[in-house]
Amino acid sequence: MELPLSDFRRMAVEEFDTTKLLAHAAQQAREREYQKFPIVDVDSHHYESESIDEILEYMDDPVLQQLARSARQASAKSVGMLPAGVGYQDMGGRVMRYPLRGLEKTEPGVQRDISLTRRWMDAIGIDIAVMFPTPMLQLGLHPQVEVEVALARAYNRWLTERVLANEPRIRSMLYLPFNDPEASFRMVQEFGRLKGVVGFMVTSARYRPVHHNSYMKTYALMEEMSLPLAFHAGYNWNDQSTGMLNRFISVHALGFVFYNMIHLANWIINGLPERFPKLKVAWVESGLAWVPFMMQRFDNEYMMRSSEAPALKKLPSDYMREMFFSSQPMEMTDMGALETTFRMINAETQLLYSSDYPHWDFDLPSTIYDLPFLSEQAKHNILGGNAIRLFGLDLPAEKMAHVA
Amino acid sequence: MPEIFVAKVSQFPDGERRIVAHAGCEIGVFHWQGKFFAYENRCLHQGGPACEGVIMHKVEDVIAADRTWQGQKFASEEVHFVCPWHGYEYDLRTGECAANRRLKLKSFEVKRRGEDVYVIAG
Repeated sequence: MELPLSDFRRMAVEEFDTTKLLAHAAQQAREREYQKFPIVDVDSHHYESESIDEILEYMDDPVLQQLARSARQASAKSVGMLPAGVGYQDMGGRVMRYPLRGLEKTEPGVQRDISLTRRWMDAIGIDIAVMFPTPMLQLGLHPQVEVEVALARAYNRWLTERVLANEPRIRSMLYLPFNDPEASFRMVQEFGRLKGVVGFMVTSARYRPVHHNSYMKTYALMEEMSLPLAFHAGYNWNDQSTGMLNRFISVHALGFVFYNMIHLANWIINGLPERFPKLKVAWVESGLAWVPFMMQRFDNEYMMRSSEAPALKKLPSDYMREMFFSSQPMEMTDMGALETTFRMINAETQLLYSSDYPHWDFDLPSTIYDLPFLSEQAKHNILGGNAIRLFGLDLPAEKMAHVA
Repeated sequence: MPEIFVAKVSQFPDGERRIVAHAGCEIGVFHWQGKFFAYENRCLHQGGPACEGVIMHKVEDVIAADRTWQGQKFASEEVHFVCPWHGYEYDLRTGECAANRRLKLKSFEVKRRGEDVYVIAG
């Protein structure tokens, strides 16, 4: 069976190839000469579920390891250990790479995630990608806290040893098992200085308030180590509120913002920016339209109820402007609103380009590069310079010359 | 206007498509229910290969006379091709974006000369 492709990109289903799928992206990269300046993608993904057998080799707890391995057997009628929420990311087969990517052949002798990631990075024009898992974005909702901890540590060990140590173009902000504050602290201690680790990430879909005292020593440690903290958005259709929504579009559109709104509100109103002034915080994969909303809502109410946020020394929006935001999925249906958003968030220094590839709503660098209201320097900052400064990245001198 | 050879009719069955290129422009040619339709193979969203995705009929809600929702079905007539990158859907017969009919792919004339199908790349 062949895919319905052009004669010059013809391929059979079993020959599905990311490079061919992204041929138009490569053309955009050539036309815009992306090779001349740095592009850093601060939010991309792989499917750790495809490597779960390898990851489980790194799990310490023999009983949990046995449970997970047994559930992986083809004959087992079990969902297993990885959380799997109801969802339709592939749009009923319309986004073809979802069903086909599992069949994609990779270079022999090269770790599969490295091979696949290099392939799409090269096509899109990315120099460095910060990579996150996919099913584990739901792990904060796992009913067993000890499973979150065990799986997070196994994944972090596997990722640092098998992937990050072997491909400097791939970096990661490692998974923090946030439902266990002590384990989160130990994770930063153990992994914070390893090659390729540029920070830590909390999956936002969970029910733990970020201002709880049990997290303060972890934030302090990350601040001391100059490691940024990211909150990666995710949806949860089992939440009572989103449970009222009957279509995936609604759950995705609201769900990928909802938890970050909660965490950002707690972060600011409890004065964490004042307590950890050097800790860099990034909000990932919620798009941008929610940020002006939060700024206006909280500034307006703070002017009347500042006694409830006594730690603040300036407006909530002033703290938000010191935070970092990843761009994708960037709302692009009203250019005037987008330009206003860029102004409100100080995009030129705080916005970080992200693709989210290979997920269904990925954004190419052209979503930033083609914006009519940005200067060349602003484009270079958002596409790479801001991330280079945030993570302390290094690239060849000719590329770094474009970073102000 | 250059005429670009697409295929012989005998080798271009109804329900299939071909993608041809001319001067850096890719054109998707569809053979659908006895007619030919041709559009630029570049999605209006982010430039994906829109004509290379799956062909699916439009999804419709079934609303009863009392305005209650009764379920969904695939339309019997309106058919879309779907950009494989992000799912933008286009009406196969018009090239209009199904979600916003003001957006439309560039279309091309298709000519049949005997057994040969050509697209006018202009």
